[in-house]
Amino acid sequence: MSDFSFWVILSNLLLATRWTIALSLVAFASGGLVGLALLFARVSRIGWLEWTTKAYVEFFQGTPLLMQLFLFFFGVALFGIEVSPWLAAWLALTFWTSAFLTEIWRGCVEAIPKGQWEAADTLAMSYMQQMWHVILPQAFRIAIPPTVGFSVQVVKGTALASIIGFVDLTKAGTMLNNATFRPFLVYSLVALIYFALCFPLSWFAHRLERTFNVAR
Amino acid sequence: MTYKLHFADLLPYWDLLLKGLVFTILLTIVSTVAGTALGTLGASARTFGPRWLDRLTGAYVEVIRNTPFIVQLFFIFFGLPAAGIKLNETTAAVLAMTVNLGAYSTEIIRAGIQAVPKGHIEAGASLAMSRLQVLRHVVLKQAFEKIYPALSSQIVIVMLGSAVVSQISAEDLTYAANFIQSRNFRAFEVYLVVAGLYLLLAIVTRAALRGIGRLVFRGPGR
Repeated sequence: MSDFSFWVILSNLLLATRWTIALSLVAFASGGLVGLALLFARVSRIGWLEWTTKAYVEFFQGTPLLMQLFLFFFGVALFGIEVSPWLAAWLALTFWTSAFLTEIWRGCVEAIPKGQWEAADTLAMSYMQQMWHVILPQAFRIAIPPTVGFSVQVVKGTALASIIGFVDLTKAGTMLNNATFRPFLVYSLVALIYFALCFPLSWFAHRLERTFNVAR
Repeated sequence: MTYKLHFADLLPYWDLLLKGLVFTILLTIVSTVAGTALGTLGASARTFGPRWLDRLTGAYVEVIRNTPFIVQLFFIFFGLPAAGIKLNETTAAVLAMTVNLGAYSTEIIRAGIQAVPKGHIEAGASLAMSRLQVLRHVVLKQAFEKIYPALSSQIVIVMLGSAVVSQISAEDLTYAANFIQSRNFRAFEVYLVVAGLYLLLAIVTRAALRGIGRLVFRGPGR
C-alpha cells in the first residue's frame, strides 16, 4: 500500500477536476445550443410547438437530474449502443441544461415590450427575422446575468455524473476516501475545489446583475 | 429498436415504491419545516444582527450555494463521523437537506425582509411593540407573503435533489428504484416509472404549497 500524503490527495483531486471542468463546459455549450433552438419553438406562437416544448421543460425541471442520468445511461443501451458514463452524462446534462436555459430565456424574451414585435411585424419581417434582428439582441442583454448564474448549477450538476461512474472530482473524492480513510480531509478538499470553481461564477453573475440594473 | 418494455415486471415491487415515495415525502416535509426555520433565523441574523453574525451567515450561504448537494451529503455522512459526530443515514439526509434549504431560504427571506418599507418597522415601534413583536408581526409576515413563490420553487428543487440521498442508502424513492432494478434487471422501466412519480410529486407539491399559501396569506380585505 502506498502512502497518501496531503499533496498526493490534493494533486489527484485537481487532476480529476479537469474532467469536471470539461463536462461542465461541454454540457453548458451543447445545452445552450439546444436551449436556443427550443426557445424559438417555445415563443413561436404555434400551439402544438409551444405545448411540446412546455412539456419538455416540465419533464426535465420536474424530475431529479439523477433520474435523467439513469434514464440515459440505461435507455440508450436499449438501442444496442454501448454507453460510456461520459456519453450518458453529457446527454443528460445537455437536455437538463437546455430545459432550464429555455425557461430562463423565455422570461427574457417576454420582458421585451410587445411593441417591438408589432413594429417588426409592420416591417414585414418573418418570425425568424423578428427573433434574430429585433428580439434576441435586446433579450440577450437581460439574459446574461441569469445565464451566468445558471452555469453554477451546471458545474454542481456534473457532480451527479459520478454516480454513474464518471470519474470527476466527486468520484475521485470517493475513491481517495476509500483508499485513505480520511473522509473529513478528502471531502473538505472536494468542497473547497467546487467552491473555487463556482464562487467566481456566482460573484460574476451577481456583479453583472448590478451593472445591468444600473444601466437600465 | 428490438427491445420490448416490460412494465409488468415492476408490479411485484409496488409496495417498495410506495414505501420509498412516502419516505421521500416525509423527508421533504421535515427538511422544509426545519430548513425554512433555519432560513428565517439566518435572514433575521443577516438583517438585524451584528456585523460579525452577518458575515458568518453570509459565509455559510455562499459555501452551501457554491458546492454540490452530494458533496455536502457525503461530508455530513462520511466526514463528520471522523470528527466524532456519528449520524445514521436518515438523520444525515435530513440534516443535509435542512442545511441546504437553510442557505437558499436565508437569501430568499432576506430579500423579502429588505422589501418591507422602513416606515412599517417604525410604525410598529411607535405602537410600543417589542423588537421581537415587530419582527414577527410586521416584518416576517409581509416578507413571507412576498417571497412565498420563490420559496416554493426552492422547496421543489430540494425535493428533487433528495434523490441523491439514496447514495448513502437512505431508503427513499430512488433507493427503491435502484433496489428493484438490481432484482429484475428492468432498469429503464423502473427509472421511467420513478421519474414519472417524481414528476407527479413535483406537480402535487407545487399545488399543495399554493393551497397552503392561499390559506395562510388570506388577510382581511382580499
